[in-house]
Amino acid sequence: MTESVTTTASTSAGTGKPFLELKNLQVHFPTDDGLVKAVNGLSFTLERGKTLGIVGESGSGKSVSSLAIMGLHKGSRAKVGGEIWLDGAELVGMSVPEIRRLRGQQVAMIFQDPLSAMHPFYRVGDQLVEAYRVHNEVPKSVARKRAIDLLDRVGIPSPDKRFFDYPHQFSGGMRQRAMIAMALMCDPQLLIADEPTTALDVTVQAQILDLMMDLQKEFNSAIVIITHDLGVVAQMAQDVVVMYGGRVVEAGPVREIFYRPEMPYTWGLLGSIPRVNRGGDHRLKSIRGTPPSLINLPKGCPFQPRCDYQQHVEGHSCTGEVPDLLQIGTEDHRVRCHIETGQRKKLFTEQIKPNL
Amino acid sequence: MGRYLIRRLLQTVVILWVISAITFFLFWITPANPALLICGKNCNTETIATVNATFGFDDPLIVQYGTYMKGLVSPTGRDIGSEGSERNCAWPCFGESYQNGIPVWDSISDAFPATFWLAIGAATIWLFFGVMLGLLAALRKGKALDKLSVGLALFGVSFPTIVFGYLLLFLFIVKLKWIPFPDTANAALFEVGPVKWLQFYILPWITLALVFAALYTRLTRANMIDTMNEDYIRTARAKGLGEGTVIFKHGLRSALTPIVTIFGLDLGGLLGGAVITEQIFSITGLGKFAIDSVLGNDLPAIMGVVLFAAIFIVLANVVVDVLYAVIDPRVRLS
Repeated sequence: MTESVTTTASTSAGTGKPFLELKNLQVHFPTDDGLVKAVNGLSFTLERGKTLGIVGESGSGKSVSSLAIMGLHKGSRAKVGGEIWLDGAELVGMSVPEIRRLRGQQVAMIFQDPLSAMHPFYRVGDQLVEAYRVHNEVPKSVARKRAIDLLDRVGIPSPDKRFFDYPHQFSGGMRQRAMIAMALMCDPQLLIADEPTTALDVTVQAQILDLMMDLQKEFNSAIVIITHDLGVVAQMAQDVVVMYGGRVVEAGPVREIFYRPEMPYTWGLLGSIPRVNRGGDHRLKSIRGTPPSLINLPKGCPFQPRCDYQQHVEGHSCTGEVPDLLQIGTEDHRVRCHIETGQRKKLFTEQIKPNL
Repeated sequence: MGRYLIRRLLQTVVILWVISAITFFLFWITPANPALLICGKNCNTETIATVNATFGFDDPLIVQYGTYMKGLVSPTGRDIGSEGSERNCAWPCFGESYQNGIPVWDSISDAFPATFWLAIGAATIWLFFGVMLGLLAALRKGKALDKLSVGLALFGVSFPTIVFGYLLLFLFIVKLKWIPFPDTANAALFEVGPVKWLQFYILPWITLALVFAALYTRLTRANMIDTMNEDYIRTARAKGLGEGTVIFKHGLRSALTPIVTIFGLDLGGLLGGAVITEQIFSITGLGKFAIDSVLGNDLPAIMGVVLFAAIFIVLANVVVDVLYAVIDPRVRLS
């Protein structure tokens, strides 16, 4: 937070710094019941043209982190710590007027439920125009043309007519497309998609994901996709961060996480994916227990009360200390677990993999 | 839209008819005897019989009701008075007062402007202060300003109008003498000039506005707090909009929608007379007229003032429903 925020957005090009870098991000909410540690030390990097998936249960701190990148906790009671570097500028210490210039322009966000995320009283087109004109001083007609172009690009039929419709006149999929169009109005370099397909049926979901990948190729934008759907991550992302109780518990390239996961929580997530090719007498596995309270995190490893593999730990106590996020192998695969890595590999191959 | 309006207006007519019937027959259930009232101090059986014949009190109730309704429905009104001294009571004929023989419609027309200006002025005050205080409280939720405005609102709701009005009157007219004692009971703007007009109305406006301002403060605050937690407010901020645009264009617009509804109904109700305020400040508006009519067992006057007030309330309902559809595109009239 000591870094000067006067660095303008364009200076970091070519300095070798990552496009987006989170360093030990903390988001805490003081409440009457105690301090809610929604995000407790989140770090990752992301380059332009790449996609990062953040996975985790409800309440694991996914959405809260993304709102922190947008600076949307400013003015609320939340305490944000750590650093967020975007293209050479530090966002955590940035003032509201400064970060407002980035919102929508450099960083745009696609929200989960497009019906409640769009204003019910204003025409879809006008909401797109507003997103453009707040950062670009152009006549209405220019902004309108761009809005219709983008509505067309995201696959809305007869966009020049639908421009005048209200959000409630759109179907769920169309609303999400319009939401994406709104996010793209100013060609953002970073797109944060907070569960963009959770409210949609699978057919529409696939179309929306394809659309996002196409647009990413075209605009060379970086995408952070937040989801609890591992299928979405597998399709979209190059890198994955698995969050649990406000912490990263496993992170790495998507192939590592899907084919060589080492954290029992990740095993549980992978095991809970329904599969069509499995016999009909298989029960869908779930991770037992419930997500932890973010006010009183369990002592030691936050996943410890729900973990079925604690007997394999040697030399540490699961309830004693929080395991460190340690790199294993060569491919920037990081895991937070007390079980020794060789033992984890063995467990995965012998017990977990056959049942996936 | 057109068909909807026609249907709603027809419904209005039916509602008004039901109200007129209920009022009329309820009056005759009460033990009042209007003939005694009309014939005055020197009553004997003979004069009472004459009165009964003149006013048709001898006729069956249903016939009397029919005669009464004829005056409201027929474009030529109806004839009033005993044989030989008949006179026409032009449409809309609410009859003549039992107390003083003045056509009720004339009294209502005379009383309405005072009530109108009282209601409009008070509504402006309470809408302005209510929405402003509510908005500030919502934006400073939990802070000192919020607590102050919530406290004021509680005070305003709990303070009886009749006490508050007399306190204002006593303080500003009698004690401090900031406002001269009103020398008229019905100040018309164009007759007395704006200064006297304001002096006449300012205290009644404040008296009438207090309770409403308090209610609207609470309502605006609650609606605004709800709205500012909506996802679309977060979207508006995520677009990079300034906080002013977020609050007024995206927040207040939604938060005020239910207030428009309630405002229409409140104003419509008050146009039929603000009984307590008019009584305190001796304003000869519809509210005072209503009290005098009821106390005097004056059926034509009661009928007149009830129907007149009902028209405003029923029409306000229609206007509010149409307005709602204009404000909120999700609402369709059908």
